[in-house]
Amino acid sequence: MGKKSAANIFLIFMFFILYAPIFYLIFYSFNSGGTMSGFDGFTWEWYEEIFQDTRLFIIVLNTVVIALLSALISTIIGVFGAIALRSLKQRQQQTLLALNNVLIVSPDVIIGASFLILFTFIGFQLGFYSVLLSHIAFSIPIVVLMVLPKLMEMSPSLVDAAKDLGANSWEVLTKVVLPYITPGIFAGFFMALTYSMDDFAVTFFVTGNGFTTLSVEIYSMARQGISLTINALSTILFLVTIVLVLIYYYLSQRSGVKGVNFRK
Amino acid sequence: MENKTRTLYMIPYIGWIILFVVAPIALVVYYSFFDIHGNFTVGNYGKFFTPVYLKMAISSFWYAFLITIISLAAAYPTAYLLTKTKHKQLWLLLIIVPSWVNLLLKAYAFIGIFGAHGAANQFLDIIGIGTKQLLFTDFSFVFVSVYIFIPFMILPIFNALDNLNPSLLDATKDLGASKWTTFRRVILPLTLNGVKSGIQVVFIPSLSLFMLTRLIAGNRVITLGTAIEQHFLVTQDWGMGSTIAVFLIIAMFLIMALTGFRRRGA
Amino acid sequence: MKKLMQAFIAVLLLSAVLLTAINRLNATEGYSGENTLTVFNWGDYIDMELVEQFEEETGITVIYETFDSNEAMLTKIQQGGTTYDIAVPSEYMVQKMMEEDLLVELDHSKIPNMKYLDERFMDLSYDPGNKYSLPYFWGTVGIVYNTKLLEGKEFSSWNDLWDPALENDILLVDGAREVIGMGLNSLGYSLNDTNRDHLQEAYEKLTKLTPNIKAIVGDENKLLMQNEEAAIAVVWSGDAADMMWENENLDYVVPEEGSNLWFDTFVIPKTAKNIEGAHQFINFFLDPEINALNTEYVSYSTPNKEALKYMPEDMVEDERFYPSPELTERLEVYENLGREHLAYYNDLFLEFKMYRK
Repeated sequence: MGKKSAANIFLIFMFFILYAPIFYLIFYSFNSGGTMSGFDGFTWEWYEEIFQDTRLFIIVLNTVVIALLSALISTIIGVFGAIALRSLKQRQQQTLLALNNVLIVSPDVIIGASFLILFTFIGFQLGFYSVLLSHIAFSIPIVVLMVLPKLMEMSPSLVDAAKDLGANSWEVLTKVVLPYITPGIFAGFFMALTYSMDDFAVTFFVTGNGFTTLSVEIYSMARQGISLTINALSTILFLVTIVLVLIYYYLSQRSGVKGVNFRK
Repeated sequence: MENKTRTLYMIPYIGWIILFVVAPIALVVYYSFFDIHGNFTVGNYGKFFTPVYLKMAISSFWYAFLITIISLAAAYPTAYLLTKTKHKQLWLLLIIVPSWVNLLLKAYAFIGIFGAHGAANQFLDIIGIGTKQLLFTDFSFVFVSVYIFIPFMILPIFNALDNLNPSLLDATKDLGASKWTTFRRVILPLTLNGVKSGIQVVFIPSLSLFMLTRLIAGNRVITLGTAIEQHFLVTQDWGMGSTIAVFLIIAMFLIMALTGFRRRGA
Repeated sequence: MKKLMQAFIAVLLLSAVLLTAINRLNATEGYSGENTLTVFNWGDYIDMELVEQFEEETGITVIYETFDSNEAMLTKIQQGGTTYDIAVPSEYMVQKMMEEDLLVELDHSKIPNMKYLDERFMDLSYDPGNKYSLPYFWGTVGIVYNTKLLEGKEFSSWNDLWDPALENDILLVDGAREVIGMGLNSLGYSLNDTNRDHLQEAYEKLTKLTPNIKAIVGDENKLLMQNEEAAIAVVWSGDAADMMWENENLDYVVPEEGSNLWFDTFVIPKTAKNIEGAHQFINFFLDPEINALNTEYVSYSTPNKEALKYMPEDMVEDERFYPSPELTERLEVYENLGREHLAYYNDLFLEFKMYRK
């Protein structure tokens, strides 16, 4: 009993810390004072402003679409890359993995600047597609790193057994490998979402022709002071995310109960 | 795996590596040989070995090390306890959700929380410790960095722990192994790949942290990432910025060699 | 596997719905139309209601894109691949862009409203004859201090910052020219000094300031000063105005030794497609009444002499932001010192930051 509550206290503490800055932002989104210092009084003003600002609305949609699509595509490329990596010899694997991680160690400005040079060099129009491609590019390594440990712990005999039973390679993939690494795939997808949502520098460099995302907008507001409209917007996005997560969890639980065959 | 299938899986991945990894590396190496006047030089590499940059490199490694160790220390028990909860997948998702809120906004929130009159100091005052300077200290810098990286550490460890075979743990218990022995001999080795993956995704990007060094540490901490950012954006000395990047990439290669994954049954 | 497929399809469907929504919105707002003007500016640095008025009057749809530093903007314009019809660089960047041939010459006949600009701010060394740029806002570098925390201490000189009583009280701005310049000014040298001995002397003097420095910060200085995190900050006047608006204990002074005079300017980069519209846009925002409204929104100092008549008196008569001609005499505009000297400034500043602790 005592042990269990100690465990609970630890978890509650972790969640408290993770959510503290977010609640801080939400709190100030109701501040009539105009900045994140000194709470002057309650207001809905910043929320009202969002609904009058179509430009901001487009920017939010852009951000979400880029995040979803780039996470999806990078997850697919990353998962297949990781599966192929696993079957390589140790030496080759190490080399490719090292290359894999180059984009993680490089600061965003370098990635942004070199992608920009790359795109303009091959004459690629800057805008939605250049941003999407770049986000896919810098999300792939994180997917690989999230999927690989699951793949590594998968016993080779599992695949061999399936083959002995007459499964072709497509069946091995969809019936054995993918179900086994599903948690890794989801981890990769969600971390790719994080990378995409957080990115400012790369997007700034490779965007153009009117296409903007939320982080570019927020960072460039810094010199004038970030408006509390952004706090209000983040609050709404945060709440929508939480609702979506709950719905998603509810649905996946239901389909799980029905006895769909997957290993967690 | 058959070679044909493997090649098929590899094509997009290798294509990505060539276009978005090898090409940029080539570009960075190329730029590192030019000075601010656009003349060919190896002077940038010489400059890296001056006290200013060496000191910066050492402090980058030191802070990345601290951030990684503390993330691991906080993430491992969190991941472990999460696997014991009833709705573990939901809780795991809720660990990730805060990372989708804009980083600059969260940093501003931390400036408020750690400020002289912020919530953290009010708490310290109430419990009798009294107000302290928190902002612009190593403590707040490491704290906020850990805050940002911790989901990346929790996820792979959670996945590794979640997959442990309960009967295996029961067996070790039946054999009379103590909790510590079970952890050291059974749990830890089986989750090692997850831990390694977590260490890589935290340590490697922390080497090139920037922005937080200014926002939270008030430039009291200067990392190689900060210097690269400055050289690319402020001083426009792309040569020197690229040179530092080359060193970061080499450092990362070394870390990868040290923390290579092991295949089960290999 | 079923779980993966479901998630895959859900994400695809959601993206498709959102993409359709974006296209619809872009079309109704006219962003995907023909008659557009792309403005590349700092975030929140213009009154959007006035931009809407401009759109109504001219039928041009304005696409507003933002940047967060002069250098980042420069890189985008150098590389091309996208259209910017108007950009708003600071004065030292104008000079750099001129040198790199990135600007279109302004047609003064299309900007009749430029006659309202104060001659003090025209024809300066960074762009003789204003061939390529017209000032949008201007300001100084100075000291912001909290009268409550400092109990009435006054500042008039850069040297006041070296007072040992101010230990761990000062926020500096993260800029090499600003900080080294402060050192030079405090010794009575010019901000544009390139004499290595003078620079070394300034560096030595700055290292003596280290005990007083709390942090070297960027745009977050506003938040920090409003929160009374520090008592003193060296800032640009625009930031000072923002801070003082939020916290009435703050005061601003331009030190008597002199300081920097800076400008943000309108230019038309070579990436422009709608040069006609760009001229219309500049002219629109130089109209005294429009300019006055925009200045009230942005709260920086306007170079438009005529616009001052339409602004609240207490704003115009505030000597801290509209200093007397005697003081502006002592202000210096940054000159382009060339790569060699700038690199030296940057190296000194980096060393200063590294050996602080």
